[in-house]
Amino acid sequence: MKRRTLLASGAAAAALGLTGLPALAQDAKTKVGFIFVGPVGDGGWTYQHNEGRLAVEQEFGDKVETMFVESVPEGPDAVRVMTDMALKGANLIFTTSFGYMDQTVEVAAKFPDVKFEHATGFKDAPNLATYSARFYEGRAVQGHIAGHMTKSNVIGYIGSFPIPEVIRGINSSYLAAKAVNPDVQFKIVWAYTWFDPAKEAEAANVLIEQGADVILQHTDSTAPQAAAQAKGDVITFGQASDMAEYAPNPRVSSIIDNWAPYYIDRTRAVMDGTWETHQVWEGIGDGMVKIGEISDAVPAEVKASAEALRDSIGAGETHPFTGPLNKQDGSAWLAEGETADDGTLQGMNFYVEGIEGDIPS
Amino acid sequence: MIVLDKRPQPSRLWSYAAPVLAVVLTMLVGGVLFAALGKNPVAVIRTIFLDPLFSEFAWFYRPQLLIKGAPLVLIAVGLSFGFRAGIWNIGAEGQYIIGALCGAAVGLALYPAETRWIFPLMIVAGAFGGWVWAMIPGVLKVKFGTNEILVSLMLVYVAESLLAAMALGPMKNPDGMGFPGSRNLAQYPSAANLELVAGTGLHWGVVAALIAVIFAYVVLARHIFGFQVRLAGQAPRAARFAGVDPARMVLICMGLSGALAGMAGLFEVAGPAGQVTIDFNVGYGFTAIIVAFLGRLHPVGILLAGGLMALTYIGGGIAQSNLGLPAAAISLLQGMLLFFLLAVDVLTHYRVRFAARKVA
Amino acid sequence: MDLSAINPILLLASLMVAATPILLAAIGELVVERAGVLNLGVEGMMITGAVCGFIVATATGSPWLGFLGAALGGALLSLLFGLLTQFLLSNQVATGLALTLFGLGLSALMGQSYLGIRAPAFPDIHIPLLGDIPVVGPIVFQHDPMVYVGLGIVAGVWWFLNRTRGGLILRAVGENHDAAHALGYHVRRTRMLAITFGGACAGLGGAYLSLVRVPQWTEGMTAGAGWIALAIVVFASWKPGRLVLGAYLFGGVTVLQLNLQAAGVAVPVEYLSMSPYLATIAVLVIMSTGRAPGSLGRIFHAAR
Repeated sequence: MKRRTLLASGAAAAALGLTGLPALAQDAKTKVGFIFVGPVGDGGWTYQHNEGRLAVEQEFGDKVETMFVESVPEGPDAVRVMTDMALKGANLIFTTSFGYMDQTVEVAAKFPDVKFEHATGFKDAPNLATYSARFYEGRAVQGHIAGHMTKSNVIGYIGSFPIPEVIRGINSSYLAAKAVNPDVQFKIVWAYTWFDPAKEAEAANVLIEQGADVILQHTDSTAPQAAAQAKGDVITFGQASDMAEYAPNPRVSSIIDNWAPYYIDRTRAVMDGTWETHQVWEGIGDGMVKIGEISDAVPAEVKASAEALRDSIGAGETHPFTGPLNKQDGSAWLAEGETADDGTLQGMNFYVEGIEGDIPS
Repeated sequence: MIVLDKRPQPSRLWSYAAPVLAVVLTMLVGGVLFAALGKNPVAVIRTIFLDPLFSEFAWFYRPQLLIKGAPLVLIAVGLSFGFRAGIWNIGAEGQYIIGALCGAAVGLALYPAETRWIFPLMIVAGAFGGWVWAMIPGVLKVKFGTNEILVSLMLVYVAESLLAAMALGPMKNPDGMGFPGSRNLAQYPSAANLELVAGTGLHWGVVAALIAVIFAYVVLARHIFGFQVRLAGQAPRAARFAGVDPARMVLICMGLSGALAGMAGLFEVAGPAGQVTIDFNVGYGFTAIIVAFLGRLHPVGILLAGGLMALTYIGGGIAQSNLGLPAAAISLLQGMLLFFLLAVDVLTHYRVRFAARKVA
Repeated sequence: MDLSAINPILLLASLMVAATPILLAAIGELVVERAGVLNLGVEGMMITGAVCGFIVATATGSPWLGFLGAALGGALLSLLFGLLTQFLLSNQVATGLALTLFGLGLSALMGQSYLGIRAPAFPDIHIPLLGDIPVVGPIVFQHDPMVYVGLGIVAGVWWFLNRTRGGLILRAVGENHDAAHALGYHVRRTRMLAITFGGACAGLGGAYLSLVRVPQWTEGMTAGAGWIALAIVVFASWKPGRLVLGAYLFGGVTVLQLNLQAAGVAVPVEYLSMSPYLATIAVLVIMSTGRAPGSLGRIFHAAR
């Protein structure tokens, strides 16, 4: 008998599934769900998102309840986890990897009363906002320091995958380095992984052996920092998290993914009933991209000029991509004084003039 | 000391009781583990093993069991033939990837044509892809006596590299802003493997898995090939006398398991996953090996084992979001469950008795 | 493109370091497989070794004790595998896969409070005189001690397998366990010892990552190195000498493609990264001596 009713209620609910599901199990607390692509112990991308979650708990105390599931593969498992959270009464769900895009769109359509936030994607809906960080702004500050600090004029860059996000970072740091040091040369290797300590260490070693004395990385482990330290006389920058354990040398500064202010803001908006969809791309000025403490290994005047650049980008006075700029093949891209539009930046698939080598396809 | 005597026939009683014992042991030891992690053990165990079936939202979780379990069962049924005959294809993960790539290639090449023949064609392509990938170790074994365990494992890595190359290169979505990953096949009606009945989780992959279970059951119980497979595994020499051609056996078993793994990949890429992405494969091919053993290489057992594995995945996810259990604890629990299942299996095949220690 | 930027001496030197973790794990697995046991749980034992080594090293401040702890951790985990496969006669393939799953979970739980900490330093040694030899010195004699420990273990295993009675017994057990049993050798004891040795070596390989290479603890940090170790054993056709070659080849492909990339050569990375595995298959096919140990992966049950 019990089984019958269970099945019957299941069928009824399944029928509901076609039209749109109400968020069930509402109570006074605002429930915020997070789905993570890696383990919270990865020390990088997911770790920083989880720091944002903890900041939400800290900020609102008893008024919120957060839940998270880690290491969720980008596919049907993501759909299941999101739906599960929505059913359990989540009011707001952050999906923190590009690969969750279509899944988030799918689940958001089924739960019009639940707010969704998808990181780094480009598809939105009335209850689905997207957010991403202008990491390239931070890359410009790194490039500036790198251009000043290099003695060999060779800067090594460890890329993960040849996607717009990474290419943007390379271009931005190259332009900033070039601005202070016209002789600078970039050596770029693609690791084809976001996280593989052994391979990242190898990539750093190769770059150092080929003359690089500054290593920029767009992969998440600290292995390149350790490799640089072992070789000595090479500087690095923290990626995703501060990597302060390698300060003051080799790590001279870092780009920190600082999601906490945004997560707190959006949670508050849901509590106040003022949440609206948007597509935001926030940078240094909004605090989403943070520049880690510039260490004493950097001369005071370089530190000062780097901080000035940071503040000027943050205030919107300087744009890392300001004309005149040509593409790698020499064709004109931006005219004198023109700044790059977001559309071009988001789909960036070319190097700027001066960078050698081809983007793998 | 304790002595194991091989039973002439596997114990019928223990072949049913052993899995139950293993699950109970896992719950007990797992409970201790969860208590050590500061969680209420009863609540965690209930969440993982019962909530997916009998909770407020079970109507949602139950279809998910089908989605998660179907590829495991489909692959494991294919593998079970070879495993019974002593042919070890452990590269199903690679065959799954290649099947998905071949099937998706057909779908993507025909985009945006709309005819009902596209999806069936994709299934054929997927099965063919998996079959080809499995035939490599099969043919090498037959021609050169190469160890199929190792070759099929090597080919998993090759397939993974190929997958990444495809997701970043030829199959990249032209409208995807330069991001890796193909078009979403689930949004291309002629190629999509959609739910057959809304809200049930039932898609063609589930249907295929059920057909495979029935097919395997009938073949093993009634068909001469099933008899040959069992004979080849239990008594290879007798099998040879009985006219079983070992080379043919290798090729059929490898090909069958590869084709089913390839189909599983295709159903996944065209339906639940939707896209060819760098990380498309999530280990179904390896988990299916475990499922095949948990199910004692019997079609019905595999069906149940696939369900049990799916249960721990789904229950594990619920336990994470409800109780804040780390994902690592779930993986540990799954490992433990498998250990216990493998360990108590000894009771099915051997009789345990105590004997005086032999003086050496 | 500037190929002159590639310094072959440095390339070879970094190769020795890059190959060390997989070499350590592979030499252990080689012994296990020569004893006729296929343990697919190398990845799980490596990552457990990585976390155990890290915990011990940070607690004691001594990397050497860390490596010891890693070897113990890996060995303990492998005993679980031994217990199941040798005493409870479970299937080795399935048990090995379960061991990986178990090890990945266990290590993540153990390492939870060790994130973002640095391991104690483990400096390179500069071997006097030898390290000063031009060209050869920097390639061969200026690494951290574990590089030499790894090569030492390989040499030791070669000597053991080919020159000792114990090695003979181990190989006999691996080739034909029934015959070995009939001759009065202890199949199970031999295999348990081999499995334990394999676990300890895998643990060392993992700890090389967490204590020297990275050096930090992060979840899943072995990132598939254990699976590569399995491939190398096959590539080496179960011979310790060739194992070194294999480890350098597998490490070498990565190092070389990164070098070429940095020098501005357009490299089809994804296709190149398949090449060692294809080479392994080719080796399996071509070398008649590449035959696997006769009893590899088969269950041994002595009918008394």
